[in-house]
Amino acid sequence: MSKTATLTDTPLPTDSEFEGAPATPVRGYWQSVLVRLSRDWVTLAFGVVVLFIICCAIFAPLIAPFDPYSQSIIGRLKPFGWRNHPWGTDELGRDLMSRLIYGGRISLVMGLAPVLVATIVGGTLGVVGGFAGKIANTAIMRTMDVFYAFPSILLAVAISGAMGGGITNGIISLSLVFIPAMCRVAETATAQIKNLDYIEAARASGAGTLAIVRHHVLGNVLGPVFIYASSLVSVSILLASGLSFLGLGVQPPEPDWGLMLSTLRQSIYVDPLGCAMPGIAIFITSICFNLVSDGVRAAMDVRE
Amino acid sequence: MLGYIIRRILFAIPIALGVSVVCFSLVYLAPGDPLQTVLPPDATAETIAIVKHAYGFDRPIPVQYVLWLWHVLHGDFGRSIATQRPVTLEVFGSVANTAMLALFAVPLSFLAGFSMGAVAGCFPGRIMDRLVTGAAVIGVSLPNYWLGLVLVIAFAVEYMVLPASGMGQQGSAAFNLFHWSDAKFLVLPVITLAMIPIGIIARTTRAAVAEVRGQDFVTTLRAMGLSEAAVIRHVLKNSSPQVLAVMGLQFGYLMGGSILVETVFTWPGSGFLLNKAIINRDIPVLQGTILALSLIFVATNLVVDLLQATLDPRIRRA
Repeated sequence: MSKTATLTDTPLPTDSEFEGAPATPVRGYWQSVLVRLSRDWVTLAFGVVVLFIICCAIFAPLIAPFDPYSQSIIGRLKPFGWRNHPWGTDELGRDLMSRLIYGGRISLVMGLAPVLVATIVGGTLGVVGGFAGKIANTAIMRTMDVFYAFPSILLAVAISGAMGGGITNGIISLSLVFIPAMCRVAETATAQIKNLDYIEAARASGAGTLAIVRHHVLGNVLGPVFIYASSLVSVSILLASGLSFLGLGVQPPEPDWGLMLSTLRQSIYVDPLGCAMPGIAIFITSICFNLVSDGVRAAMDVRE
Repeated sequence: MLGYIIRRILFAIPIALGVSVVCFSLVYLAPGDPLQTVLPPDATAETIAIVKHAYGFDRPIPVQYVLWLWHVLHGDFGRSIATQRPVTLEVFGSVANTAMLALFAVPLSFLAGFSMGAVAGCFPGRIMDRLVTGAAVIGVSLPNYWLGLVLVIAFAVEYMVLPASGMGQQGSAAFNLFHWSDAKFLVLPVITLAMIPIGIIARTTRAAVAEVRGQDFVTTLRAMGLSEAAVIRHVLKNSSPQVLAVMGLQFGYLMGGSILVETVFTWPGSGFLLNKAIINRDIPVLQGTILALSLIFVATNLVVDLLQATLDPRIRRA
């Protein structure tokens, strides 16, 4: 687009040039996002790590060297490399490496599920709030403001604390924490395009509200919502393992990184290195999701 | 300005009421009867009815809410089920201890985060920028309760220079901030707590400085022949309102979000009290602490907004 043809110094294009393929291939939006992502090797590298962590979690039974639940009274809190246990054992003599690999399953589910729920519920509420009338908008958004008035970890702890521990309650409370923010993102995006001319044109040509939302609104809202959701994953993993650390999330004997951190904490003087391991797992997972999300955001930002 | 203040305060009142409704309904989220914990398992139906009447649980829920709110407005949060002490006393003492942590952590994170972000923003794309951006990502991705454990391993277990947990032998009542023997208990929790805000403030400062540097008035200053140091001073001054707003919000987050760090260091603050209340299923304490912390959060937001409007007249008109 940078070159503008002037009549004087460029020869007029011939007919064949008009009919042939354009000089630069025209890419669609998603295609250009992919192209930009493929050139961003930092994001790609961390994306590979994320894939590796997810694969470890999925194929845990094939990878883990030992049964994560089998205990041993004589083999408690052993150091790295003790009797083929590559990373030693925990306070009940269970293999630490196997528990960390299995722990990824629950920790990832606890991290991803609330974001998914919040994206669907919060996104829907936001689109409804943005597109429906003033009364519905006020009702939805003011309710969200109230939940927004709690610091996130406090709200999660309050709801989980009142309902009791457990994976399901943890997912519910974290979803409730993320819904208001997600709803705001979706509402802002909807409100921005709601009054544009092409929506007006669609309405004038007889399209119903549902059809307009499905064909014209959703496509514009999904981008910001997806970017926001991807940035929430790392927060969600941190909060979920925080809840388990407090005893409000995953319950023993299930292997979970936050819970392992909290039980191994008792033996911090005996086995400091083993005690630090689950935290390293949480940290690596969270930072990889964070950096991938930053890369995706940069690739999807058309303004550059 | 006065109009803006009044509008902003009027906006905060319904939110505070909504927050109180959420806190009140926590009782009904709890599985089973809220009185289960106080009643002996073999209580007769008559006893249950008497206790229910004494606690007001036999009335309709909206009436209960209004009564509860009325007591709360008079500073009466009820009595703790576990200790029988007034909830107000327990909450007040523990919130003061949390505030002590936050009051040290916020300036620390501002100093560290602002200087890191300013350096990064002044040299975008250079090695310093990359280092700061990387450190900021690490700061926000680090599970801070884990960092606390690592610091304990390093400084309390390996080298034994700092205490691992608590507030000293005399407890919180005799805590003297000006004696190193007491103050050293603050060091590790404050550093741990400051980690996330440092990352967030560094990111915000970097973005704000980079944005201000691109504005026309900076070019004008350069064209007028100001030295680079003088230009940077102008840039920093203009990016500070944004950073101050984020810092204010971080204070609110630290007040409400220190539960994990307080648990690691067994610091007798509000998060620790909350944790105890959850374990004992002590619903009045749970309600009181959460209400107090979230109202502090609402108030912090209000103060930050008003301060920002004072610094930046453009906001008042919005």
